Amino acid sequence: MQPIDRTTQELIERIAATVIEHAGELTELDRAIGDADHGVNLTRGFQAVLARMDIIAVMPLGKALGEVGATLIRSVGGASGPLFGKLFVTIGIRLDEAGEVSRDILVGAAEDAIRVVMALGRSDVGQKTMLDVLVPVLDELRCVTASDLLRQIPRRAQIAAQATIPMLARKGRAAFLGERSQGHMDPGARSSELILGAVCHHLETRQDRLRGGPNS
Amino acid sequence: MIVSHSPDVAKGVADMVRQMVGKDVPLAWCGGDPGGGLGTSMEAIEKALQTAWSERGVVVMVDMGGAETNSELAIERLPEKKRAKVVVCNAPIVEGSVMAATESSAGSPLDKVRHAAEELYPRM
Repeated sequence: MQPIDRTTQELIERIAATVIEHAGELTELDRAIGDADHGVNLTRGFQAVLARMDIIAVMPLGKALGEVGATLIRSVGGASGPLFGKLFVTIGIRLDEAGEVSRDILVGAAEDAIRVVMALGRSDVGQKTMLDVLVPVLDELRCVTASDLLRQIPRRAQIAAQATIPMLARKGRAAFLGERSQGHMDPGARSSELILGAVCHHLETRQDRLRGGPNS
Repeated sequence: MIVSHSPDVAKGVADMVRQMVGKDVPLAWCGGDPGGGLGTSMEAIEKALQTAWSERGVVVMVDMGGAETNSELAIERLPEKKRAKVVVCNAPIVEGSVMAATESSAGSPLDKVRHAAEELYPRM
């Protein structure tokens, strides 16, 4: 009998756990320049995802990511629900169409997803949003050598999230604060960094396990 | 149609529209996140769109952030024919709702209704 492949489930659980673990920090960042609900909202969303895990775990990766996105859209409540939701849905659709995962497919999926987020949020790079992490990471994904990928992406994401601190917010409630929005990291940039870090961490663990042989 | 983070705000604005403009304008409101706290819910917005729907279309009044994004998403999920007749209005939610409803009660087309509310915002 084939062993059950838990890769997709582990990936999604890792993302959910990371976000939920940092909920307090995300909400505090959002209290400074937003409406103090980013961590609370994302936690509700990812708890809803975990509650549906028995359905999601048996799906192929693309469909599973789509289901994660749809669940976030239904359950988050803030602007982050539709934005992260559509991000997962779009990547899910592209991976599902491709039927496999390669760097080119991932780049194409990420390009599409970023376009969707830009359109929905009517936003662009440099406005102190999640895009300020997603776009630099996409550039990294395009050009970094494969062996460095899992180390470089989290590093790039971290630097990019830090770089939102001096930025002037032009979107969302933070935009009302004008110059007072400077000096705080954007909560959506931080949650994007966390999610990307979780994905890479998961893939690294998996690689180590594969290297260690079938029984480890 | 009114979408606020707070169900109390949404209902309050709807009450003002009813009293100031009357009962003939199709009107729906929703507010609060799926967990019952402050926020917005795409599914609640979808339901409100059904209630507010008429052949002339729907102008959606939003307060901020997630109200707008969730509304955009709910609109995107409408059948194409309806989608073209639903617009999110860039206007202050209270005054905008009253202005839009007033314009709509005069039988004006969608664009004019939206314009009546959006005129309230100073040009940026």
